[in-house]
Order: sequence, then structure tokens, then C-alpha cells
Amino acid sequence: MSTVGDIGLPGPAPKRAPASHRVHAPSAMGGGLLRFWSLTFMLARTEFKLRFFGSILGYVWTLMRPLMLFGVMLFVFTDILDINKGNPVPHYPEYLLESLILFTYFQETTSGAVPSLVGRENLLRRVRFPRLVVPLSVALFCLFNLFMNLIVVFIFILASGVTPMWSWLELPLLVGLLVIFSAGVGMLLSALYVRFRDVQPIWEVFLQLLYYASPILYTVQTAADHHFFNIPFSRILVINPIGAILTQARKALLQPSAPSAAAALGGYARLLIPLGIIAGLFALGLWYFNREAPLISEKL
Amino acid sequence: MPAATVPTTPVAISVEHVSKTFRLPHRQYSTLKERALHPFRSTTYDELHAVQDVSLEIAEGEFFGIVGRNGSGKSTLLKCIAGIYGVDTGRISIAGRLSPFIELGVGFNPDLNARDNVVINAIMLGLSRKQAMARFEHVVAFAELEGFMDLRLKNYSSGMLVRLAFATAIQVDAEILLIDEVLAVGDAAFQQKCFEEFFRLKREGRTIVFVSHDMYSVERFCNRAMLMERGVMTKIGEPREIGRAYHELNFGQLAHDAPEESHSADGTAIADAWFEKADGERVTSASQEEELSMCFEASLGQDLSEPVFAVTLRTELGHTILVARSDQHGHSSGSFKAGESVVARFAIPNWLTASRYLLTPSLARQGTGENALALVEDMTSIVIHGASGGGILELPVDVKLERL
Repeated sequence: MSTVGDIGLPGPAPKRAPASHRVHAPSAMGGGLLRFWSLTFMLARTEFKLRFFGSILGYVWTLMRPLMLFGVMLFVFTDILDINKGNPVPHYPEYLLESLILFTYFQETTSGAVPSLVGRENLLRRVRFPRLVVPLSVALFCLFNLFMNLIVVFIFILASGVTPMWSWLELPLLVGLLVIFSAGVGMLLSALYVRFRDVQPIWEVFLQLLYYASPILYTVQTAADHHFFNIPFSRILVINPIGAILTQARKALLQPSAPSAAAALGGYARLLIPLGIIAGLFALGLWYFNREAPLISEKL
Repeated sequence: MPAATVPTTPVAISVEHVSKTFRLPHRQYSTLKERALHPFRSTTYDELHAVQDVSLEIAEGEFFGIVGRNGSGKSTLLKCIAGIYGVDTGRISIAGRLSPFIELGVGFNPDLNARDNVVINAIMLGLSRKQAMARFEHVVAFAELEGFMDLRLKNYSSGMLVRLAFATAIQVDAEILLIDEVLAVGDAAFQQKCFEEFFRLKREGRTIVFVSHDMYSVERFCNRAMLMERGVMTKIGEPREIGRAYHELNFGQLAHDAPEESHSADGTAIADAWFEKADGERVTSASQEEELSMCFEASLGQDLSEPVFAVTLRTELGHTILVARSDQHGHSSGSFKAGESVVARFAIPNWLTASRYLLTPSLARQGTGENALALVEDMTSIVIHGASGGGILELPVDVKLERL
């Protein structure tokens, strides 16, 4: 029992006395960028592993889901309903697929972020770490999926006879805007859900509405003839950031002659509306999350 | 070092008049509909004063224990120091890097294998991914789980889990560690290893705050300790004193409970039972190795020749540790007249292991002792504190090693 002698002996004096600093409640960010990133990446990576662990097809399922949905949609809206009757949309199947996959990103990120803080209660109550990591890891995890899906989208696009274009390089910018928009909404909703549990069902309904209110099954041109208080419906569609991103992606990826988001809105200056919504919701989400962050571990 | 005074070495953690109150709504209104229907009702709260005006300073290199019963606020205080909860009033300052974890195995996921979990846990504790990978081999070697790294955690035993968690946790680079109830599981050999690791951390001059129910580990490791009760710091000082106070808090009141008296028809009764030290002081708790007497007072309702006075000492689980009788070894107890009162004392060297014990006094006619005139089950109790080696007795042992 040689160790018993150590009891009560103070340790050797440290070389320097570190500066004393005050302990605050947990923050939204803080703790250094490296730690923030490695935590976010780790949570996203873990989620990715867990999701596909034990399933035979593994992450092929991430591809299968939107692809199967795409197949059904394509069948229903072209063979049965013929949504583009008299107004043919070039590359409609590719547009449908690409839009579905971009919208799926928004849907998965936001609806995954809603219960994310509550689901991580175990961590939040026991470890000090920047709280914002939690919803952002959802956005990152969904981004992994989006990359996988985009590969398939490009295979379809190339197979349909579209030749690679320089405008394809707009895609990272568009995806970036989509990520900022989704993350902003995700931050806001995750913090709200801690206080109000009915955010979840409300958001599910809202996503359904947004799905039909965004040019996914149809293009802005399809809706051009309709008006809403004298404003062409197509413009309203593009005020919606999702609509703007999908419209611009169509022009950039599939058909250079299609209207850009700016054209659909009627002027470059008006692009500030969807961009402003993206920036505004991101700022709102960040502000609200930051305000709630110190209390999250108590209110869960 | 004088334990109860504030040490003169630099202060690592300073807690100044910290209070933390949780507001518990009478009903949790967590849906919008309920809030809309009852907009004002939700303003009534129960306030739970988890921590009330606690001030203390912990020096660098100190091993500090916080003990208290469930709900005494010790974990809340630890979470405030860790910065997981904000404080309502007062301030907490720390000097040095604080480990961000307070419990072992945080973030462990049963569906992932040990390899992934170690990396996840290490990142949670503040290592980068690279560092976590680099220290992986140490973790595996320390936990002695070389063959199980690809096994999913759901197939681990609880002991293996703790080993893995502990092995990961000690990789953290922090100067101040906060630890909540860690040594509850794990086999004896691994516990010893953990203890040695604690001593290493201590030698390196790390500051450790340790929350536990286990007085033995608090007494063994801590330089100082504090006792919390209902959010208030009731005592701070030497671990042994705190241990005694903690045991009194747990068992003290029980020992004073008025016993049910047992009369026989003629009025023969046991009036009182108690423990006393060698100097005759009555006690409800005692340290090991002091001489201890088990005593009771009987009043006799009839003339008795050679009655048998006896005591039975049991553990709380009902295991009988000792039966002592006045007719042991053919001793004569003598003759007594009706109306007399007799005090019987049974002195023993106190080799009991740290626990609570119950005393059952009895008085019987000469003979078998089966036919008791008076007997009160578990009439009084005592709490023994000190070492607990795992057995029921701490017999003095003389160890000799001979090299052959």
C-alpha cells in the first residue's frame, strides 16, 4: 500500500499561476473555433454512422428515398396529371429531381433541428460545449446526404443530354445559400422547441405548405399566368428563398434560356428580397438561439 | 496541512455567495394551446433553492470532496462550477483550464463500437480528433479492453463501460477536473487502478473536485471536503469530520427514535439501550478501534436467580454479527430481587466495518435463553465510520512477507 503515503500531500506547486476567469452559463458559440468545428463534425459524422448502421443498403437509402419519391412524382404529374400540358418544360424530370433533392435538404435540416436540443439532453446537461453545435451538426449531417444525392442528380443531368456548362459553378453558391437559410431556420426552431413543444407539428404542416408553394413540381413559368392581387404569381414564388434558389439552379444547371431568379422577380434589385429573408432569418435564428443558450440545459 | 482553513496556495476555484434557484412551474405549459388558454396561470412557480449562498475556495492541487444526500444540491453546484448552469447570484471564478465533463461516458452511444465511442468521448472532453486518435492506444491499454474494441457498446458489461469511460476521461488535458460519482462500479482490481490514477493526477498538481456518496473514497483521497444539506453548505473541513457529519445526517435521527418497549406480565422490561465509549459517554456513532460498549438497562418485575442478559448486534440487512450473553464461559450473574434495575454492559474492541448496526437487548431466565422475559428488537443503533475493506469486520491484521 505504498500509495497511502500520498494522502494529504499537496501536489507540486505549478510553474505559473494561470489567470483567474469568471465562469459563465453556457453560450451559443464560444470555446474556440477548432473545438466548435470538431464537435459539429463529430456529431454529424456519428449521426451519419448511426443512421446507416445495420441496414443492408447502408447510405444507398439516402439516395433511394428521394429517387423513389421522384419516380412517383414523375409518374403522377406527367403521365396522369400532365402538369406541363400545352406548356412544355424542357428537362422537366431533371428539374423535378434536382428541386426535390434541394428541398429535401431544407426539409431534413429544419425538421431534424427542431427536436435536436431536446434529443441531446444527455450531453447538454453534462458537458459544457457551445450549444449551437447541436442544430448545426444536423445541417452538416444533411449536407453529407445532399452531396451524395447531388452526384445522382448530375448523373441524371448528363444522361439526359445536358453538356457540362460553366454555369454549373453557381451551384456551390446556391447550395451555400440553402445551407445558410436552412441552418438559420433550424437554429430558431430548435431553440423554440425547448419552450414550445408544438413547434414540431406546426412545422411539419408548414413544410407541406412550403413544398407545394415552391416551384418544385412546376416551374415559375408554369405559374406565370396566375396573379395574386395583380402581382404575377411567379414573382411571389421567387420571393420565397427556396423558390429563388430552385429557379436559379434550373437556369444554371439545366437550361441557360430559362429565367434567372432576378428575371423572375423583375430586376436584380429585387433579389434583395429573398436574400434579405435568408439573412434576416439567419440573424433572427442566431440572435434567438444566443439569447436562449445559457438556459437550454435547465429548460429541457 | 491545516485542513479547515483556506490554503495559502493559489486559488483554483473561487465560489462567492453563489445561489441557484430552479423555477418549477406548478404545471408545465409547454404547448401553445395551453398557454393561450391559460395565459396567466403559468406564472405560479415552486422555487427550488438548489444552492443557497455557498462560498468556498479550492486551492490549486487540492482534492476537494463534496458530499451530501440526494437532492442536497451538490451536483447542481458542480454544474454551476462547470458552467453548465448559470448562477442566479454570486460569482464563480476559476484559474486554469477546466475539464468540460462531470460524468463518465458522456456521449457514449450503445450502437457504436468502442473505437468510435472513445473518439467521440475524447472530442467531447475537448481533444481534437487527431489527439483523440493519437491517444487511442493508451485508452485501450489502460482499460484492458484490447480484444473488445470492435464490439458495440450495448454488448459491454457495466464494468467494462466504466473502464472505457474512465480510461478516456483521464486523457483530458485540463488542470481542473470535476467528477461526479465515478467509482460506483468496476471490479476491485480496476478500482485500485483508478485510485492510482487519481494519485498521479494529484501528484501532477491538478485540482480535482469530487462529488460522492462514498465516504470511503472521499476520506481516502480528499484534502478537504464539504457537506451540503438542502442547498446550504453545512460543514467544511477535514474529510474524516465531514464523513462523521454525513453519517450522522443519514442515520443520526434514526438512532434517537424512541423504541417500543416490551413488558412481560410482571413488569419486567428493558428501559433503555445505548452504546457508550470507554469513558462512559453515550454515542450514536463511533470510529473504528475505539473500545465500544453495548449497554442496556432492565427493570425486574420478579425475583430472578442467574438471569441471562444478552445483546444481539445485527447489520441493517439483518445479518447477525455478534451475540453476547452474561452466562458466557459459565459466568454467574447472581440473584436479583423484584423492583431492582440492572445495567448490563458488553464491551468489545470495535473492529466493525464502517456501517450502521442495530442492537437488540434481551433478558431471559436461567437456561436456554430462548424464553425471554423482555426483548426489544433493534432498540438502538450505532454508525461506525472509518475504513471499509469490503468484509464485515476490520480485524487487526499483522502482515508478514518472507522472501524465499
